[in-house]
Amino acid sequence: MSVEAHEFVSLPSNLPEETIPEAARRRLSSPWASFVVIVITVLWTIPTLGLLITSIRPKEEAQNTGWWTFFTDPTATLSNYSEVLTGGSVIPGGITPYFFNSIAIAIPATVFALVIACMAAYALAWIPFKGSTVIFFAIFALQVVPLQMALLPLLQMFNKGWSLGPIPIFPDLNKAGSAQSLFAGTYIPLWIAHTMFALPIAIFLLHNFIGQLPRELMEAARVDGASHFLIFRKLILPLSVPAIASFAIFEFLWVWNDLLVALTFAGGTPDVAPVTAYLANIKGTYGAQLHLITAGAFIAIVIPLIVFFALQRFFVRGLLAGSVKG
Amino acid sequence: MEELANGLSKIGNAFAAVAIVLAILLIVFFLASRAKGRAQGPIAGVVFLGPAVLLLIYGLVVPAVRTTAGSFQDASGKNFVGLANFGWIFTAPGNSTFLINTVLWIIIAPVLSTALGLTLALLLDRMKRESISKSLIFMPMAISFVGAGIIWGLVYEYRDPAQPQVGLLSQVAMWLGFDNPPNWLLWQPFNNFLLMIIMIWIQVGFAMVVLSAAIKAIPSDVIEASELDGATGWKQFSKVTIPMIRGTLIVVLTTIMIAVLKIFDIVRTMTNGNFGTQVVANEMYAQSFVAFDVGRGSALAVVLFLGVTPIIIYNVIQLRKERSVR
Repeated sequence: MSVEAHEFVSLPSNLPEETIPEAARRRLSSPWASFVVIVITVLWTIPTLGLLITSIRPKEEAQNTGWWTFFTDPTATLSNYSEVLTGGSVIPGGITPYFFNSIAIAIPATVFALVIACMAAYALAWIPFKGSTVIFFAIFALQVVPLQMALLPLLQMFNKGWSLGPIPIFPDLNKAGSAQSLFAGTYIPLWIAHTMFALPIAIFLLHNFIGQLPRELMEAARVDGASHFLIFRKLILPLSVPAIASFAIFEFLWVWNDLLVALTFAGGTPDVAPVTAYLANIKGTYGAQLHLITAGAFIAIVIPLIVFFALQRFFVRGLLAGSVKG
Repeated sequence: MEELANGLSKIGNAFAAVAIVLAILLIVFFLASRAKGRAQGPIAGVVFLGPAVLLLIYGLVVPAVRTTAGSFQDASGKNFVGLANFGWIFTAPGNSTFLINTVLWIIIAPVLSTALGLTLALLLDRMKRESISKSLIFMPMAISFVGAGIIWGLVYEYRDPAQPQVGLLSQVAMWLGFDNPPNWLLWQPFNNFLLMIIMIWIQVGFAMVVLSAAIKAIPSDVIEASELDGATGWKQFSKVTIPMIRGTLIVVLTTIMIAVLKIFDIVRTMTNGNFGTQVVANEMYAQSFVAFDVGRGSALAVVLFLGVTPIIIYNVIQLRKERSVR
C-alpha cells in the first residue's frame, strides 16, 4: 500500500503550494473541469434531493405532481414521518421497531467481526507457525464464495443442525417436540451470518495493517516476557485504531444496508427484521404511497448518511487500504 | 412510547450480548496466558485463530460444499439428478433473459462506473475546491440498494402524459419535446440500462475516490519528465497516467464486477425481475425461497461462484506478485 489515505484527504487545501510547485501547477484550476464536475455533482445529488422533498410533501401533492413543483408551490408537512414511524391508516405497522432492529443487528455484528478478525490477523502476522501463509491465502481466497452460496446451508444449520453421517457437527437447536429453533426470533443467526461473511475481507485488511507494525516493538515486548495476549491487548489494539475504525465504518454500513442476509435469516417480522426489509416490503405492497415510502426511505438512510459524512475520512482510508496497493 | 421502550430494550440486549462475548474472550485470554514454556505459542495460535477458522469453515467452506452437492439434486434435495439443474439453467426457454442480462450487467456497469470515475478523478485533479463535489458524488455509497431503488423509483415513475408528471425522467423528456415518454421500467430492453444507471450512480464515487488517490500518488518528477519530453494532454494521459495507475484501475474494475455479479437488491426492489430484467442472483433467490427449488437455487449459486472465481484468482495472483516484491 503506497498511498497514504490522509495524504489524499488533506492534500487539496492544507499543503502550502510553494513547497510543491509541480503539484500546484498540475492543480492549476481549469474552469472547464470545474464546470463539468459541478454539473455531474448536481446530477448525482438531484435524485436524493427529490426523495427528501417528496417525503415532506402532503399526500395529494406528492402523488399527483412532481417534487420540483415544490419550488413554486411550497407546502410541507411532517405528518408523513409521524405516520411511517408509528404506522397509520395506510400502512398498519410503523418503521420504528425495524429501526431499532437495524441498530441491534449492526452494532454487535460489527464488533464481533472486528474482534475475531483482529485476533486472526494478529495470529497470522506475528505468531510464527507452519502453514500460516497458506491459511492467509486460503482466507483471502474465500471471498470467492458468494453470499448466495452459503445462505441455504446456513439456514439449514440454524434450523435443523448438521451432521456428517452419525456425527453431529452442529447441534439441532430445536426444543424437543417443537419445530421452532432456539434461534428463531432472535438476532443471533444474523450476527453470526454477518460475522462469518465479513471475515475474509476483514482479516485481509487488518492483516495488511497489523503486519506492518514495527517488528522491533513486538520483539522487545516478547523479550520482556509479555505473552501474546498482553501484546495483543496493550500494543496491537491501540496501535490498530485507525485500521479498526475504517473497517468498523465499512462493516456497519454494509450490515445496515444489507437486504439479502436479513430476508434469509430474519424474514420480515417486526421482531428482528431491519429497516431494509421493511422498505422492500412497503415498496412492494404500497408502491403508490410515494409520500410514505420516501419518508421511510429517508429514515432508513439517515443513519448511514450521518456515519458517512461524519467519518468519511476513515471510510476513505479503509477503501484505499483495500484497493490501492503499491 | 411502548415501541420506544421495546426498542431500547432490544438495543440493551444487543449490548449485553456484546459484553458477554467480550467477557468470555477476556476469560479465555486470561486462562490461556497462564500457559508457560513451549506450549505458549501453540495455545496462543489456537485461541487467536480458532474462532475465525471455525466460523469460516461453518459459514463458508461447508456451505459451499453443500451447495455444490445440492446443485446436483432435485427440488427436494433428496434425489441425485446429475447435471439436470445446470441443463435447465442454460437451455430452458425463458432463462436466456437472465443469462444475457447478467452478462450485460457485468460488462456495462463496471466499465461505465470506472470510466466515469476516472474522468472525474482527472477533472478533480484540476480543480481548486474539490472536497464538496467529492463528498456528494461519493455519498450514494452510503445508501442501501433498497434506498437507492426508492430514490430512483421516483426518477422513473410513470404517469399518463396527459396528467402532471411525477417522475423526473418523464418530465425532462417532455420538457425536451418528447410528448409521449414510455413507462420506463417496462420499456424492454432499455429498462435494464435504467437499472444499471442506479448501480453506476452508487459505484462511481468509489471508483473516483480510489483512482483520485492513485493519480495523486504518481510522483511529480514522472509527470515533469514526461512534460520535458513534450508529452501533454491526451499523450500524457494515455502514455504516462494510465500505465502508472494500471494496477489500481484493474482492482477498481474487478471489485465493481464482483459486486455487480451478485447484484440482487436493485432488481428485486425495482422490478422483482419482471419485464425482462431478471439476473442470476435474483433468480437464485426466487428459485430457493419463493419456488423452494433447492436444486435449481444451488445450481444458480454455483454459476455465480464460477463467475467470481476467475476474477478472485486474478486478484490473488496480483497479490502474490506484490508480496514477493516486498
